[in-house]
Amino acid sequence: MRFMMIVKATTDSEAGVLPSPELLEAMQRYNEELARAGVMLGADGLHPSSSAIRISYPEPGGKPKVVDGPFTEAKEMIAGYTLIEVKSREEAIEWALRMPDPHGYGQGQIELRQVFEMEDLTDNPEAIAKDNALRQQLEEQQKA
Amino acid sequence: MTSSQTHRTIDAIWRIESPKLIAGLTRMVRDVGLAEDLAQDALVIALQRWPESGIPDNPGAWLMTAAKRKAIDLLRRNKLRDEKYAEMAQTTELYTEDDLERNMDGEIGDDLLRLIFMTCHPVLSREARVALTLRLLCGLTTDEIARSFLTAESTIAQRIVRAKRTLSSRKVPFEVPAGEELQERLSAVLEVIYLMFNEGYSATNGDHWLRPLLCQEALRLGRVLAEIAPEEPEVHGLVALMEIQSSRFKTRVSASGEPVLLMDQNRAQWDRLLIRRGLAALERCRKLGRPLGPYALQAAISACHAQAPAAADTDWARIAALYEALSRVAPSPIVELNRAVAISMAFGPAFGLQLVDELMHEPALKEYHLLPSVRGDLLAKLGRMDEARSEFERAAAMTRNSREQELLLKRAAACRGTQNE
Repeated sequence: MRFMMIVKATTDSEAGVLPSPELLEAMQRYNEELARAGVMLGADGLHPSSSAIRISYPEPGGKPKVVDGPFTEAKEMIAGYTLIEVKSREEAIEWALRMPDPHGYGQGQIELRQVFEMEDLTDNPEAIAKDNALRQQLEEQQKA
Repeated sequence: MTSSQTHRTIDAIWRIESPKLIAGLTRMVRDVGLAEDLAQDALVIALQRWPESGIPDNPGAWLMTAAKRKAIDLLRRNKLRDEKYAEMAQTTELYTEDDLERNMDGEIGDDLLRLIFMTCHPVLSREARVALTLRLLCGLTTDEIARSFLTAESTIAQRIVRAKRTLSSRKVPFEVPAGEELQERLSAVLEVIYLMFNEGYSATNGDHWLRPLLCQEALRLGRVLAEIAPEEPEVHGLVALMEIQSSRFKTRVSASGEPVLLMDQNRAQWDRLLIRRGLAALERCRKLGRPLGPYALQAAISACHAQAPAAADTDWARIAALYEALSRVAPSPIVELNRAVAISMAFGPAFGLQLVDELMHEPALKEYHLLPSVRGDLLAKLGRMDEARSEFERAAAMTRNSREQELLLKRAAACRGTQNE
């Protein structure tokens, strides 16, 4: 099972303030621990939203609306993520609880989300058949 | 938290902590069976206390302390009569709480490595090595191991008990082998991990084509090994091979449960993340600057497939060259057979068939169903349908996997169809 530990943005991460050396060290130690347990699949940090854009579709079927960052409401944004592969939901929770407080000044927030995998999507044989038919159609179109 | 929730949490903690715990305890008591018993005792105490007291901040250190206390209790009860416990007293007495903290952190990688070398020791049979490694390093229950191998739980339990006894009676040391022995013993470790992976990846009998738990455990253990033995190129080679093979996990079987051959798989469904990880592991291996070993070469072959956007884009000439390199470092008739396939794809079926025909009298391949299967395929490509059909039928009679058998019989029938037209 794959889980994503999402670290939420904070006023500091949005302002481009680097984490303290202590936090960086704790994070590195934690990442090493994940790797040494063989559960780490990947991790990335994101630039502040000042360099981001947001695409929205306010009208169904209409054109997309593009807004430049920065965006307000830091806690609605993400600052980074770590992807892990574990045997159970409980194991994922245990690892998430061991992640250091990602901010240290009161705004730290981690969200744990399970990643959809093929097994979850292929429980329904009808859906698989439809999916395969669609793929075949696309392949034939490509060949034509 | 309800009590059943706490129990599930304790299970998860056990999975994370037990390999480290058993490794650390084995170092103290020098007996892997006793170490596991002590760790289990600590778990029992945790199961009694944690539902009421809550889960401690550092559950690993808590379990280690509890296990150590158990060890000392045992010692006192035995009043130092037993030599083994007397020896243990000397080692345990040296441990202070600080040492424990340090052990949980810094040197634990070394202890885990020693434990892997112990559970994969050549005094044990291959089956015993796999079972014991799954138990002690992956934290699987005997029930889970038994299910993965479609074996009775009592068989696995006995296998593990005997293995621990053998390690103890043969006085297998808790150490990382040095010098020339290291490479030999490391191959034994890698072999166990790859056996575990292959057992999961393609069951040799029964109706189950895939047994994911074993694959996942093997991959996880490989990733652990890559962190604690980063200087060994073949470790990264094996990890790369398993990552890339796992990337095709979901496309190997069709919705109706039939096996799908590599060339027919839907590449859009290959797991890009695992492919990327596999290529990165191969790069780590290459950076060590030593000649590629058998696992790295197999990974490089697997990488060729992973990097081809469509089956038709496969660089068969490169694959043929890699198989040739593989046949030099690890010669085997099976590698030759694969080389023949690559050559037929790169230069035409006639060239491949020539090589395959040379293998027809190879005693090691006498019962190997893929030989007639490959020969049938090449004959079919050359339009020799009669011969092709009889080869597919021969292959079908030889395989023990019923799904594969179905596929081969279908191909045999297709040969007849073409012929009648």
